[in-house]
Amino acid sequence: MKLDIFLQQVPDGDGTWWQSLASGLQWTLLVALLAWIMAFALGSLVGVARTTDKRWLTRLGDTYVELFRNIPLLVQFFLWYFVVPGLIPSVKVWVTTLDPTQHQLVTAIVCLGFFTSARIAEQVRSGIQSLARGQRNAGYAVGLTQVQTYRFVLLPMAYRIIIPPLTSELMNLIKNTAVAYSIGLTELFFRTREMGEMTFRYFEAFAAATLIYIVISMAANRVMAFIERRVAVPGYIAGSH
Amino acid sequence: MGDLDFEIIGRALPYLAGGLRYTFQLTLVAATGGVIFGTLLAMARLSSFKPLALAAAGYVNLMRSIPLLLVIFWFYFMMPVLLQSLTGAERPPQIGAERSAYITFVMFEAAFFCEIMRAGIQSIAKGQAGAGYALGLNYWQVMGKIVLPQAFRNMLPILLTQSIILFQDVSLVSLLNVTDFVGAAVKVAQRDSRVVEMYLFVAVVYFVLCFALSAAVKRLQLRIAIVR
Repeated sequence: MKLDIFLQQVPDGDGTWWQSLASGLQWTLLVALLAWIMAFALGSLVGVARTTDKRWLTRLGDTYVELFRNIPLLVQFFLWYFVVPGLIPSVKVWVTTLDPTQHQLVTAIVCLGFFTSARIAEQVRSGIQSLARGQRNAGYAVGLTQVQTYRFVLLPMAYRIIIPPLTSELMNLIKNTAVAYSIGLTELFFRTREMGEMTFRYFEAFAAATLIYIVISMAANRVMAFIERRVAVPGYIAGSH
Repeated sequence: MGDLDFEIIGRALPYLAGGLRYTFQLTLVAATGGVIFGTLLAMARLSSFKPLALAAAGYVNLMRSIPLLLVIFWFYFMMPVLLQSLTGAERPPQIGAERSAYITFVMFEAAFFCEIMRAGIQSIAKGQAGAGYALGLNYWQVMGKIVLPQAFRNMLPILLTQSIILFQDVSLVSLLNVTDFVGAAVKVAQRDSRVVEMYLFVAVVYFVLCFALSAAVKRLQLRIAIVR
């Protein structure tokens, strides 16, 4: 294994292979960050909807989760990239005004955002349902509306409880960005494969990508552990101080 | 929807069915091999012999922290080289993506099944293993006759749910040009430039299959739950 390959110039590119991987990493992180924000917002809404006493809202939320859970991520990428513009003329018109990179980026964020939101919705729902029923009733008893009860009583506790499963969802999301390679987004895995293909140094390329993925997984894990410690309610969750 | 042509699917059906068969085969082999190998890994992780436990934990954590797509490509490119050094052949043997995928998925899924089986083994009260040893059984007898059958039964719904995820993950082999269900659809879609119809059809088939399978797992879960 010779590491000097990373310092060699990319043919027809500007910069070295190392810089090429680093630029791929930036796309990976950008997609993961934006998709996470979208998934967190949508997933919270759907998760809350599934715990309300309105039957139709619960049903709608359940259907939403089943829809995104039962189709492979790769197929969902194809649906957003090819099928949605093909079926909806206004989307097609809009997509043609984008350059290819923008189109890939938007698709990746939307696709991973919806996919991850269904998983977050599931966690939010189970977090809220794990709370004692008395908490909700106590909220109503002191005169809070349903929205206020969720905002000030249920959600602050539920989010704290589900931080560990949310951590694994964040790590899954980072790993799932690699599937955006299928629509040609030049993220980390795309750059890794490109490096292998053009230099035949597959071992070095894959080893570098493996290391980078491990490092970002561990970093995400640490950040979530930090948040978990910062927001822990003293005496409520076992093992926190 | 006026210019959609769904007859294309009817004509391509035999070809798509062939792809779906490969997807099922790969899922079945990977689930079976993954459970066997994963159970051994779980036993290694719980071993009191520290180097073995550490090696198993390292393997599991490595597999779980990198994208499956990267694992698929690792195995695809490295397997011929590895086989060459093992067999001492002159040239790297050509095994092809179709066959290398079997080994890839068994090795990858083993890490996930390992964690499930580890939880299953730990869910069995320690006294049961102790009782086995008191009767004079050895480690393999205690595991094979007392702990694993119960652990397996307790974890069956989770093992099946993981297998449904595996069934969906198999679609990624199409990126190595393998003709699984998605791979077959991609080839037909590109040949006939009927992308919208093909991918919609693939999504519907996956949805119906996975939805039905998870509903079945839920019912099984209620039926086999041990009343305590």
